[in-house]
Amino acid sequence: MTASSGAGSSAPVALSLQHASKSFGAVKALQDVTLDLYAGEAHALVGENGAGKSTLVKILAGVYQPDTGRLLASDSDELVLAGPAAAIAAGIAIIYQEPTLFPDLSVAENVFVGRQPLRRARLINRRAMNARVNEIFERLGVTIDPDRVARGLSIAEQQLVEIAKALSIDAKVIVMDEPTAALSAAEVDRLANVITALRDHGAAVLFISHRLEEVFRLCQRVTVLRDGRWVLSQGTDSLTVDDLVRAMVGRDLAERTYEPHTRGEPLLRVERLTREGVFTDVSFDISAGEVLALAGMVGSGRSEVARAIFGIDRYDAGTVVLDGKALRRASPSAAMAAGIGFVPEDRRQQGLVMGMGIGRNIALASLRRLRHLGLLLPGVEQRFAADWAARLQLKYRRLSDPATSLSGGNQQKVVLAKWLSRQPELLIVDEPTRGIDVGTKAEVHRLLVSLAREGIAVLAISSELPEVLAIADRVAVMREGRLVGVLDRDEATEEQIVAMATGQAAPAGLLKATAL
Amino acid sequence: MSTAATAETQPREEPTNQTRFVDLALRARTFGIVGVLGLVVLVTTSIQSRFLSSNDVQFILSGAAIYAVMAVGEAMVIVTRNVDLSVGSVAGLSAFVCAGLFHELPGIPTVAVFAIGALLGGGCGLITGLLSAICRIPSLVVTLAMLWIVRSVDVLLVGGAQVTAGQVPRSFLLIFYDTIPGIGVPDIAVGAAVLAVAVYFYMSSFRSGRDLYAIGSDPDAARLAGIPIAKRITTAFVMSGALAGIAGVLYASQIGTIDSTAATGYELQVIASVVIGGVAIFGGSGNVIGAALGALLLGTITSALYTLGVNQNWDEAFQGLLIILAITLDRGIQAQLASALRRRRVRLGA
Repeated sequence: MTASSGAGSSAPVALSLQHASKSFGAVKALQDVTLDLYAGEAHALVGENGAGKSTLVKILAGVYQPDTGRLLASDSDELVLAGPAAAIAAGIAIIYQEPTLFPDLSVAENVFVGRQPLRRARLINRRAMNARVNEIFERLGVTIDPDRVARGLSIAEQQLVEIAKALSIDAKVIVMDEPTAALSAAEVDRLANVITALRDHGAAVLFISHRLEEVFRLCQRVTVLRDGRWVLSQGTDSLTVDDLVRAMVGRDLAERTYEPHTRGEPLLRVERLTREGVFTDVSFDISAGEVLALAGMVGSGRSEVARAIFGIDRYDAGTVVLDGKALRRASPSAAMAAGIGFVPEDRRQQGLVMGMGIGRNIALASLRRLRHLGLLLPGVEQRFAADWAARLQLKYRRLSDPATSLSGGNQQKVVLAKWLSRQPELLIVDEPTRGIDVGTKAEVHRLLVSLAREGIAVLAISSELPEVLAIADRVAVMREGRLVGVLDRDEATEEQIVAMATGQAAPAGLLKATAL
Repeated sequence: MSTAATAETQPREEPTNQTRFVDLALRARTFGIVGVLGLVVLVTTSIQSRFLSSNDVQFILSGAAIYAVMAVGEAMVIVTRNVDLSVGSVAGLSAFVCAGLFHELPGIPTVAVFAIGALLGGGCGLITGLLSAICRIPSLVVTLAMLWIVRSVDVLLVGGAQVTAGQVPRSFLLIFYDTIPGIGVPDIAVGAAVLAVAVYFYMSSFRSGRDLYAIGSDPDAARLAGIPIAKRITTAFVMSGALAGIAGVLYASQIGTIDSTAATGYELQVIASVVIGGVAIFGGSGNVIGAALGALLLGTITSALYTLGVNQNWDEAFQGLLIILAITLDRGIQAQLASALRRRRVRLGA
């Protein structure tokens, strides 16, 4: 089983991982995986969550050492990476899926941490450092002040700083672990240009993404992993999306057929909601049984509106009415009591207590209902959690295992279970499938739609247009803090949504009045 | 914000705006301590004019210098998201051992005594650092253990005896009181100030110094960035220990008569100084000059209360109040900063 068989390239190999295996206790994360990265080529690595992609990335990063197998550099010398510093020194740059920035340091220092340009007497040359960062940002088309602290950067901006970091190393091999998950369409376009420029400079790019259309657009070759094993390595021009999906999940995915529904009375009414400087005059409604998608570019104010509805952030004007009753502002507990559930974008930081057991995470939002005489009996909690885990087809070993032991998709199911178990009337989900593989993604989509059909109102925020179109009954589009229109399912197309979200010329006749 | 949209439609943001704001906020924090310091002096002097007599000022400065030296070391540790609770015990041990040297080895040069104090403290710091950084025991636990272990060693060494002022040379006892001719500022206060500025310079201008901030800001990210975490944290503990050792020698010079309870409880006042000085208790931000000023502020308040004839028991209550005030202030600045950044982002995005 050699990866390069039949798909040889004339370009020199920049890095070659040969027959690598890695186990954690009884879990075989990676088994006999071979991967050749060619100079001047973008190579996609795809597979479902838990397929072993992250383990492979961490081996290339020097974080893990493989149990067996070896890593060869371009000159066929064996490369032993004792730690992250060794990988960086070997010219391997990693852009992690979860940005790894230092919130207290300046953006420029984040890019150059540990490698700051020096002047005499080994002093840090701040001016040179900022100039070089500005140079890289210009190449990326980014306007971030290199002198500002990293705290408070949006996820997209953090990702761009990570990319700048990789560029600053002048790496021979650049590994991008889902760099586009948090980027808007325009930013992805720019990233595509950067990847092309990197390839022209002779760098090898390993690109990990769940968005298969990007894989075909950006990469010349693709390797598929499944359950820690190598499945195929092939040129992308000889494959179709369906081929890839089949290779990844080992079966065909059924397309969801849309079941129309009749819209009832509005359950949630948002009227002229305004938070100064963040969003203005946002009005819409959702009825029970309906999925309303909130679309728009990253930073258009979608998440902020959702957070305001749930009471995490305050708002300055407007009302939120659920079931005919006005909600108290800035009070998540009032929102919860009124029957709203909120699944945040950043599940690691806001949705889950990562070190706590799976079962306890599921029961966390329902503790008040589970206690008897003020006590929480462990059996009750576990039974309750097991029940919900089964309903959402959660894949886990033991309920007492920490949430960190789950793959991204299953973590998301735990967050969903936590809120669904409260039987909410309105469920708000922010980027429900960020960083989740295609198989689980379709499952989450099915789950959200079937929840709606059972009578829950769902407000879904998503940057992925295929996802929006797959689940939404109506699509509300935001741009720069304003709601620019609400589209019915039959008039919503990717082109239409993009046009509205970017403010570029949209066929005027299709725009619906926003007055609700 | 949509960086993409701005890149196309907006001119490049002027890079200084943000910097100016953050700089201002951080500088305001340091100025804040100086302001409070000025206020304390002003109020106290207006009530009791003899507060600013030169002897009192010298005494305040010298006393604060001892704490400031320790606070500089402690700040290096706290910036890395660790804490050193053993500095009081280390200073006490160093005070006894070093003062005893004059008795054991008559004629030993004072410089050598300071060097031995620093080595002794640095050795303690090395043990702490290795246990904490390599064996991965939380520093709170390791240094709590060291606090008692070092103090016990001290008690066993002293064995009920003590070094008395008569056993050390008079010139050594004068170190605490010596002033720079002409301006009347105590030597050791100048020394502490020079130390604080030097360490500040190291921490802001050298890679290894910046690494300390990176480690405290996000330890996981620091690991992925290839920063030698164990080495840096151990270095911080060695520095903290060595400075506590030097502070111990200064303490011996101040007090003269040393028994096994020397410098007991100093660690809490040192940590208080660091926090009041604007170093984040969970690491990543703040600087050693602030920490040294924090020590000066606490020393001045103690002295002011004494001058005003306030019951000394109020002193500690004031310290507590100041800590709460300092942390509330830091939170406020953080919140202001966050909302300023958010407003900026929307303005640019719109």
